[in-house]
This record gives sequence, C-alpha cells and structure tokens, in this order.
Amino acid sequence: MIFASIIFYLFSIVAVVGALNVILQRNPVHSVLWLILTFFNSAGLFVLLGAEFIAMVLVVVYVGAVAVLFLFVVMMLDINTTIMREGFLKYLPIASIILLVFLIELITVFIGAYSGEDIFVLTREPIPDPLIVTNTESIGNILYTDYIYLFQSAGVVLLVAMIGAIVLTHRRRPGMKRQNISKQIDRSPKDTLEIIKVDTGKGIT
Amino acid sequence: MLELWHGYVWPFLWIVIKIFLLLLPLLLAVAYLTYAERRIIGAMQLRKGPNVVGWFGLLQPIADALKLLTKEIVIPSGASPVVFLLAPMVTFSLAMVAWAVIPVDAGLVISDINVGILYLFAISSLGVYGVVMAGWASNSRYAFLGAMRSAAQMVSYEVSIGFIMITVLMTAGTLNLSELVLAQSEPLFGFLPGWYLIPHFPMFIVFFISVLAETNRHPFDLPEAESELVAGFMTEYSSMPFALFFLGEYANMIMMSAVVTILFLGGWLPPYDISPFNYLPGFVWFSIKIAFCLFLFIWVRATFPRYRYDQLMRLGWKIFLPFSLFWLILTAFIIVYK
Repeated sequence: MIFASIIFYLFSIVAVVGALNVILQRNPVHSVLWLILTFFNSAGLFVLLGAEFIAMVLVVVYVGAVAVLFLFVVMMLDINTTIMREGFLKYLPIASIILLVFLIELITVFIGAYSGEDIFVLTREPIPDPLIVTNTESIGNILYTDYIYLFQSAGVVLLVAMIGAIVLTHRRRPGMKRQNISKQIDRSPKDTLEIIKVDTGKGIT
Repeated sequence: MLELWHGYVWPFLWIVIKIFLLLLPLLLAVAYLTYAERRIIGAMQLRKGPNVVGWFGLLQPIADALKLLTKEIVIPSGASPVVFLLAPMVTFSLAMVAWAVIPVDAGLVISDINVGILYLFAISSLGVYGVVMAGWASNSRYAFLGAMRSAAQMVSYEVSIGFIMITVLMTAGTLNLSELVLAQSEPLFGFLPGWYLIPHFPMFIVFFISVLAETNRHPFDLPEAESELVAGFMTEYSSMPFALFFLGEYANMIMMSAVVTILFLGGWLPPYDISPFNYLPGFVWFSIKIAFCLFLFIWVRATFPRYRYDQLMRLGWKIFLPFSLFWLILTAFIIVYK
C-alpha cells in the first residue's frame, strides 16, 4: 500500500527532523516544542503499526502531561545556553561512548532484520490476534494477570515518589492567610454582627 | 489509471468531502454561537444584543469576521514570531481535529476508531499548548501570568475529566464512541431513557463543571480575567490571530458539548424509540442536545461571578478529584458484584 508508506515516511521524517531540532535549537523552549512534535509523530508511527492504544497513551501521558511540566520548568527557569555549552568538551568522551553503544545496538538489530535471521519471532505474531481482540483489551488482559505484581509495584514506586516530592517541597509558610471554607459557611450573622440602637444626638462611645 | 482512481484518489477525495461536510456546518455553528451568546445574554440582562446588522442582527458574526480580517496583525517586539502565530492555529485546529471521531449519527463518523474516547481525551489535553505558547511567545507579563494560570487550571481539571471518562467507559465496556452511544439505547428499568445521565447524574454535574474549567469559560475564565490580567494570554493578539483564539474557544465549547452529549446524553439517540420521537433523524437529536449544552454554557456565564484562583484549585483537587475517584471505584464495585 503506497498510501501507508507515504504516511510512514512523512511521520518518520518529521520525527527525525524534530528530534534533531531538539538538540540544535538555541532556545530551550523551542527545543521542548520540537520535542512535542517528535512525540506526536512517534504516536503516528504507533498508529501505523496498529498499536492505537499505545499511541493514544503516548499523547495523553507524554504530550499532555510530561511535556507540559517540562515546558513549565523551562519557561520559568532562565536558562543561559552559553553556560550550558561550556561543559561540552568535558562530557564529550562519555557521550561518545554512549553514542557508540547505541549505534552498535542499532546496527545489530538492522543486520539481524535484513539477514533473515529470526530475531523478530516475538514481534511477528502478536499473541491475541488484533483482528479479534482490540489492543486495549489485550494489554489489559496481560497487564492485570501475568504482570499484576510488577504493575502494582510500579504503582507503589510512583506513589512513594509522589509522596516524597510533596514531603520535600511542602512547607507551611507562617503569616499566610488561607480561606477555610467550612468555617466560613458555618458563620452566621449572630456571630459577627451586633445591632446597636443608637440614641439620637448621643452616638456610641 | 482507473485503478489509481478507485484505489487511491477516490477514497482520498471521499474523506476530504466528508471532512468538508462536517466542518462547514461546524464553522457556521461556531460563528452563530457567538451571535447566540450575545443575544441570549442580552435577553437575560434585559438588553437587546446585536440587532442592527441584517434581520435581527443575523449578519453580525459576518460583519465581525470582516472587521477582524481587515485589521493589522501586530507582533510585539521581543516576541517569538513563529510560536506567536502558531499558538492560535494550534488552539483552533485542535478544536476541529477532535471531530474526526465524533459520531453524529449511526455510522455518520469520519473515523470510527477503537480508542475514540482516548483520542478525545488526548486531543483535549493538548488544548493547553495553544495557551502556554501564546503566553510565552507574547513576551508580556500579563500574557505569561494568564498562560500559567490557565495551564495549571486545565491540567487540574483534566484529571477529574479523565476519571469520569473511565467511569463511563467502564459502564459501557467499550472505548469506541459509536458503541458507547449504542450502549445507552437500552431503557433503564424499562421506562427511563438509558442515557448515562441518569445512573451517573452526579458525574454529569462534575463533568460539566470540569468542562467549563477546561474550556476556560465563565465562571472559571481566570486566564482572561479582565480586571486582573487585561485579557490574559490573548493580551497581545490582534486581528486574525485573535479571531482564531476567539473562534477556537467557541469551537472548543461545541466540541466539549458534543463529548458531554455522547458520554451522558445518549448521542444521536432519541429519548424514547417510539413514534413522535424517532421521526427526527439522529443528527437532529444530536444537534438539539449540543444546543442544550451550549445554552447551559451561556446560562452559567450570565449567572455566576468569577471564581478566585485558590477557590478554583480547591474545587478541582480537593472536591472533584476525590469525588470522581470514589464514583469510579463505586461503579467498578457495582459492575463486578451486581
């Protein structure tokens, strides 16, 4: 199908250009915006693979939540890009090692894919046939049966992280006026108002 | 040649035609929603509203559009021009893109995908970008503060919207919007309409209020609280970019009304499938329900004063979030143990 491959190349080219721009842009806010574009196009690629649930979750979680926070932080902090670029040579050796490792991994995968060896046995046949079971259902079936303990413990880890973040950053500031809604609703005119009959010509002392 | 036409060109053209058939009435509805809002609020405040241009002022939206089109686009100095102009486009197009999965009638939908409800949630969670980009790119304090407020507001209310959507999709047992509507066709207790409005009535209220906050409408229009922030994130916008923001807000209202209609008001289904009701075709019912929701939007605007910011956050996080979470668990219990 020509149409699908045109769309595939469209998504992947935009994703790659976006990813390049994330690291090439001088302005960090522009970088984040390019990152969002990259996320979007990856979601598009997932849809082409037939993994619509993962595509939507990618948009909801990464674009809708994570990138918003990213954008917040980047906008609030006045990041000076020249200072950030100073350590470039210092980090170059370790970065090139990581780069090399990723490159070798990619090359092995591609060689495996084109030499006809069966390293894609697992990916070739998605176990519940996507035509019978929607992929939301099949992910749910696996996640809540075979991987329930791992799934739950991931949840617990996230909860602990959240509580930790709140404990570390939350502090009661003295002298801050806070509205106590229930107290305010409970007030009646009796408690706060006093009606005084003022005699004419005398006033109140 | 013929193969190319039947295989590729015609299906593509057909999709484009369907998109136009949906978008043209939608854009007209957006334009006339602004008119309707001014007339209805006028009536509620014992004024007349726009009544000079055309019969009953019916040409007012067109006159407004022409006025905005002919004005100059001002880009503030120190602004980031591309992001500045991209922001209104993002806002407007997101409100349009969501309609791709909304079933207007049985089978009348551009793309009947399996994860329709998630798609809607994903698109509505992106709305915040238009606002944040506008606020940042304007290089103005008012705009930036407005954008920050609105981003926090939209993110907060999205959480309860998400929980309510999960509640509804659990009840229906599907993520597909057409199936979700059809799941509401079974009458409740044999005589009430099977719409989720009835079993999930508290969630309908919470959802509607969250939608008000999500679309930055009154009484939660803090991003553009005139008395504090001039016009919030829209302060620096003029001419067509402003018009796009303005229309985007109204298009979002219509889109969210459609979501409310599908989730709670039974989509295109008539209240009872008997003779006087089912004479009207499904999309007419759908439009009537959307119009009802839009009227609620306007009614709320004319009735309530604006919330203070901390009150807004309290309502979202301390009341709606626990309540919708409780309702979600309750629904799960009832589904499992009934």
